[in-house]
Amino acid sequence: MSELTDVEHLLRALTPRVLGALIRRYGHFDACEDATQEALLAAAVQWPRDGIPENPRSWLITVASRRLTDQLRSEESRRRREVAAAATVRPEELVSPPADADDGQAADDTVTLLFLCCHPALSPASQIALTLRAVGGLTTAEIAHAFLVPEATMAQRISRAKQRIKSTGIPFRMPPQEEFDDRLLVVLRVLYLIFNEGYTATSGPALHRSELANEAIRLTRELHQLLPGDPEVAGLLALMLLTDARRPARTRPDGSLVPLAEQDRSLWNRDAIAEGIDLITRTLPRGRVGPYQVQAAIAAIHDEATEAKDTDWEQILALYQILDRIAPGPMVTLNRIVALAMVHGPQAGLAELDDLERDARLAQHHRLHAVRAHLLEMAGDLQAAQASYRTAAHLTTSLPEQRYLNARLAGITDVH
Amino acid sequence: MKYLVLIYGNDESWDWDTWSKDEFDRTNREMDKIIDEFRESGELVDGHGLAAPRQTKTVWLKEGVPVVTDGPFGESKEVLAGYFLIDCESADRAVELAKRVQQVPAPETQRGLPVEVRPIMDDAGLEM
Repeated sequence: MSELTDVEHLLRALTPRVLGALIRRYGHFDACEDATQEALLAAAVQWPRDGIPENPRSWLITVASRRLTDQLRSEESRRRREVAAAATVRPEELVSPPADADDGQAADDTVTLLFLCCHPALSPASQIALTLRAVGGLTTAEIAHAFLVPEATMAQRISRAKQRIKSTGIPFRMPPQEEFDDRLLVVLRVLYLIFNEGYTATSGPALHRSELANEAIRLTRELHQLLPGDPEVAGLLALMLLTDARRPARTRPDGSLVPLAEQDRSLWNRDAIAEGIDLITRTLPRGRVGPYQVQAAIAAIHDEATEAKDTDWEQILALYQILDRIAPGPMVTLNRIVALAMVHGPQAGLAELDDLERDARLAQHHRLHAVRAHLLEMAGDLQAAQASYRTAAHLTTSLPEQRYLNARLAGITDVH
Repeated sequence: MKYLVLIYGNDESWDWDTWSKDEFDRTNREMDKIIDEFRESGELVDGHGLAAPRQTKTVWLKEGVPVVTDGPFGESKEVLAGYFLIDCESADRAVELAKRVQQVPAPETQRGLPVEVRPIMDDAGLEM
């Protein structure tokens, strides 16, 4: 994706507002989505030529509404859609304000749309595709490109997701109070998955994937503005900013990975770090500490150290111990073991790794072997480290990681 | 995650005269159904059948010079007959799809042929 023009930027930002407004008024998620796409297409052609209208959102809503009602009307005589439409729109909304009412409503629409796209009835892949499309405003081609699949494949996924919403009758409204927190967690996880997909892409031809990281940050920032009181949203935003800040130092020109301990920290984005630290510092004292906040705090500690050796590993270990309690998982345990080794020495870490390897799921996971190799190398047991690096290299499906692991392996062999 | 599902055949896989018409039609029908299913679910990226083994050319390097031989390499009775490139949520899911391929009805001569599932290496890498 090249740099966007002003029109493209505007259309992207307006997409969820227009779509949300239409769904709120008419129901029929999939038909509204089609109509919105058509209006966006019309705008993309006309606005560069005729200039951006005074109220761009109203323009889009008007055009989209017109297409939608034409479409629905043409099917009416066959299937009496009015009845169905009435059922998908809440009774109180039948006399709702016009679709292009105030900005406040538009903001609520975006959040509601986000919840809709991230509904638990959809698979994670569907949630991601739909969120990028309906809330992010990316085209199907752009999303396909980012996930390295043909456009037809992605179009099918989006189509299926829309069908699923229709067939399970998911309503366009905010989740009820008692479900809100759980549903928000799903939204945050989808945003995190999108970020991760983009962040872990290396440079070069995979640049379009790194656009996903920017998109995730943009959407999370918007969600934070719309839900300023929610600490986990703030935590996620901080985590993304603090992680993305390191991107310029992560890869060498040839695409190989630079581990955290070896990164040139002068390349880190200081503004992003400042913003992330500020955000997490203000958020943590609120209480209601959650996993994203803790992860952000850990990232902040890493980012605060001007050199790797200045890293406050004891603080990091303490935070991983908290994470272990509130959101346990194998990756958390592995990271905690690394921190443990940095504080108490490699043998302490290796002892815990033995326990972890009893979990069958993990025994075949390359990260466990990579951590073991690293700790063995730290402890000076080079022969065993070699074996573990080799196992890890064979178990990974990541090219950059495989290259990194083989490089470490070669490094040990050379010393011999 | 992307996977390559490799479908193996033998000599009789291309000798459709040794299949009954019913067997032939049924296999094609079931295979088309699978392709539709994978396409429907958004998991199909690519998939094709390969031409008969005798059309294979194998390129070797002998003493620094490329040498071309006719036919597949190796003495194995099994040769690659087709593939699917799929994008799915997990290794388990990929295996599930491979099982669907295996379960396509086929004549006696086609029984016992393997379907391999190979993960495809990814550009992405976690911070170490």
